[in-house]
Amino acid sequence: MIDTLRLTAEDAAGLLERGEVSSAELVAAYREAIAARDGELHAYLHVTDGEAEGDGVPIALKDVITTRGVPTTAGSRILEGYVPVFDSTIASRVKEAGLPLLGKTNLDEFAMGSSTENSGYGPSHNPWDPERVPGGSSGGSAAAVAGGLAPWALGTDTGGSVKQPAALCGIVGLRPTYGSVSRYGIVAFASSLDQVGPLTKTVRDCAWLYRVTAGLDPCDSTTVELPEPVELPEREDLKGVRIGIPRELNDLEGIEPGVRGRVDEAIRLAEELGAELGETTLPRSVDYGLPCYYLVAPAEASSNLARYDGVRYGHRAEGVDDLTALYERTRWEAFGDEPKRRILLGTYALSAGYYDAYYGQAQKVRTVIKDEFAAAFRDFDVLLSPTSPTVAFRLGERAENPLAMYLSDVLTIPPNMAGLPGLSIPCGLSDGLPVGLQILGPQFSENTLFHVGHALERAIGFDYVPERLRA
Amino acid sequence: MPEWEAVIGLEIHVQLKTRTKMFCRCENVWGAEPNTRTCPVCLAHPGALPVPNGQAIAWAVKLGLALDCEIAPRALFHRKHYWYPDLPKGYQISQYDVPLSANGRFVVPGPDGDHEIGIVRAHLEEDAAKTIHVGGAGGRIRGAGASLVDFNRGGTPLVEIVSEPDIRTPEEARRFLHLLRQTVVELGISDAEMEKGSLRCDANVSVRQVGEEGFRTKTELKNMNSFKFVADGIAAEVARQIEVYEAGGEISQETLHYDPSSGQVTPLRSKEYADDYRYFPEPDLVPVEPSPELVAEAGAELPELPGARIRRFEEQFELSFYDADVLNGSAALARLFEGVVVGGAEPKAAANVLTNQFAAAGVDPSSVDAAELAKLVEARDTIPRGTFAEALAASGEPGFAAERYLVEAAVSDVSELDPVIDRILAANEGQVAAYRGGKEGLLGFFVGQVMKETQGKANPKVVNERLRERLRA
Repeated sequence: MIDTLRLTAEDAAGLLERGEVSSAELVAAYREAIAARDGELHAYLHVTDGEAEGDGVPIALKDVITTRGVPTTAGSRILEGYVPVFDSTIASRVKEAGLPLLGKTNLDEFAMGSSTENSGYGPSHNPWDPERVPGGSSGGSAAAVAGGLAPWALGTDTGGSVKQPAALCGIVGLRPTYGSVSRYGIVAFASSLDQVGPLTKTVRDCAWLYRVTAGLDPCDSTTVELPEPVELPEREDLKGVRIGIPRELNDLEGIEPGVRGRVDEAIRLAEELGAELGETTLPRSVDYGLPCYYLVAPAEASSNLARYDGVRYGHRAEGVDDLTALYERTRWEAFGDEPKRRILLGTYALSAGYYDAYYGQAQKVRTVIKDEFAAAFRDFDVLLSPTSPTVAFRLGERAENPLAMYLSDVLTIPPNMAGLPGLSIPCGLSDGLPVGLQILGPQFSENTLFHVGHALERAIGFDYVPERLRA
Repeated sequence: MPEWEAVIGLEIHVQLKTRTKMFCRCENVWGAEPNTRTCPVCLAHPGALPVPNGQAIAWAVKLGLALDCEIAPRALFHRKHYWYPDLPKGYQISQYDVPLSANGRFVVPGPDGDHEIGIVRAHLEEDAAKTIHVGGAGGRIRGAGASLVDFNRGGTPLVEIVSEPDIRTPEEARRFLHLLRQTVVELGISDAEMEKGSLRCDANVSVRQVGEEGFRTKTELKNMNSFKFVADGIAAEVARQIEVYEAGGEISQETLHYDPSSGQVTPLRSKEYADDYRYFPEPDLVPVEPSPELVAEAGAELPELPGARIRRFEEQFELSFYDADVLNGSAALARLFEGVVVGGAEPKAAANVLTNQFAAAGVDPSSVDAAELAKLVEARDTIPRGTFAEALAASGEPGFAAERYLVEAAVSDVSELDPVIDRILAANEGQVAAYRGGKEGLLGFFVGQVMKETQGKANPKVVNERLRERLRA
């Protein structure tokens, strides 16, 4: 009997290696779990059937990752029925690694959101409490892994869409350095920010999946060769590691006391493991990160979403008799409120006469944020903070208030704006719900993040199986 | 009446003949079955990303250098947004404030000196797909029942060249475009055929009174798909603007369509609402940074350009501007001319033959053996006209040898010709007397008689000389 709630990808690989189970048996076990629990969680938009390709550990992919022959909707009605004719580089690499595809996971439409409530196909639910959101936009991937419906999964992170759902679901999530993972075939939201990242039960699984996916891709001009190979972390101490605590990311108004408490405990544990602690400051990054993000990301989104015009694929309005009507009706009918809101914001920010004041200025502020982080990393190897200011919130709680929803990402956005990698690991519970610890490092410091994350994970001893589902 | 002058700037699109498209590796080919050269990238499927064509960048650098431009060490691609089915992404990847090449100049030699035309910029971009409006007159949208899109052309590499408004006459515009075309063809980077659309030209036109400072409102003229239409269209628009001003009217900024059949320009769309293309730097691409090595290499590979060659021909071979210009109508013709001169022909004679009889024979200059042609040119006065024309017509054939035509060449032997001439003079005493009385035009009559008698085999030059001598006596 395979305990899909408990089994890590590394455990599963061990079983396969020792011949104790076959890949097909693993796939069958997860399909069974999906059949049993996905009615409640709605983590998947599409579950594969028949013989799955590959002899390794099965995987789930967020539904913005283009998969040849398998529907890819980006959570949008505008791509309902769209079946790609090509594989994203990530889907190819996953195939080459022999990882069978379990299915495509739910998300906020075009990855715009922090709860999956913006999905065109209904929200996902948090395995710790189905009344609550799993976070987003990669909420389906996070719910699948935390709910035992996939050993591991891939998501995408633009403003925090891997780190935040990982935090809210009590699992590990990595947002990699911008440029380290190919975006070829990833349905674009904000091109200068989008990155594919793993959602896993352990830091070692995370490092492994990052190793499978990362590296130069000739099909994505913004990728680079990793400066060093990805290492699976072994060390359980933090001797010599300089850890900075950025004041603004830890003291921000709106961080729940329970969240603050678990993060402080993790920081004390880090000191016990031998790390040198110090305080640092990122005033402009935190003040300007979010507002700048909400100029850059919608601007790029307004451009990236222009291709959904009803001419070549996806939804197409019926009964129209001229071109403008075809465009307007198609997009009006099939885009949800959040894409519409961001298309409007972004179109405005790029308009003649406003570009310099909005998009242009925001890009300049990005440089300021980069410089501020770079200064902090002269003194510290990593920075620690909460991943999300709150634990998982109730479905509907923020759905009517876009600004409250946007604030869910206030702690993950600043490093993202600087292109920096960040790892979220669970560091305890607050009111019975998981709290995420955000570990930030300079560009291409993933190995350091894995080391620190792994050591803390061992010391914290968090049980990633949701309490209500434990046998 | 005030004297008006035209102020003309051209925007020229040159399609590069790279093997593959600008941002994907679909074949870049003209005339293929519609929508058979497409992929997720050029059809803008979700998630597909552009990858720049290195050859296109290298060629655009070469063209930039040929236009005497500064090459940007770090050029940017931008997204230019507009809605149309020919643009599947909803934006065109183009260049905006940091183009690959800028601040150049292009010299167009003329009979009255050099015309220097400033080049504002020459930037790289991708072409839109081709829309065909079924049922509309001439494929235009008006009256069409359906619109079809052929994405084969979508994403092919274009260089857009924008000139300064330095052009003053329609003819100058035509000459500029013609020489520019020849330059890109000789660079080997484009077929630049207007009828196939691999060379396209729009003109920005305004007029002002001679001596007036600054510029008046300009209009943009499109759809001029031949060199003649460029000149005719601009001339029509210049005339229209002058007429409007002289009637006390104003010119409004608009895009106009030139209809060559009626010679009229008609508004295509009003620019009352300025297009807002919402340019921003393309985040899917990194800046283009042509290395100094690449730029140096492209510079070293630049051949002698046709404009410079015209002036060299004038000087080196003491040719008229007209001859030098015509001989530079193609690189092959210019090369053949130089080969014929090297082969021993006198330059002026070679120029004459090549620009007249040879041109009339319609032979591809690149297929001709210059040394053989040189022999022919040298012997041209000793060969009957018909034989010479025959020889030129055959000069492009493989293994062509001038010798055959020289052997067949005319009877020049005086001992053979004199008895014939004597016979003819004796038989036409009246004409002889008239000639000697001052009717020198009769010489042609005697030559004709001699040629008839010899069945065209006499060398006309020798016949002429002998006749004059005999008639003088």
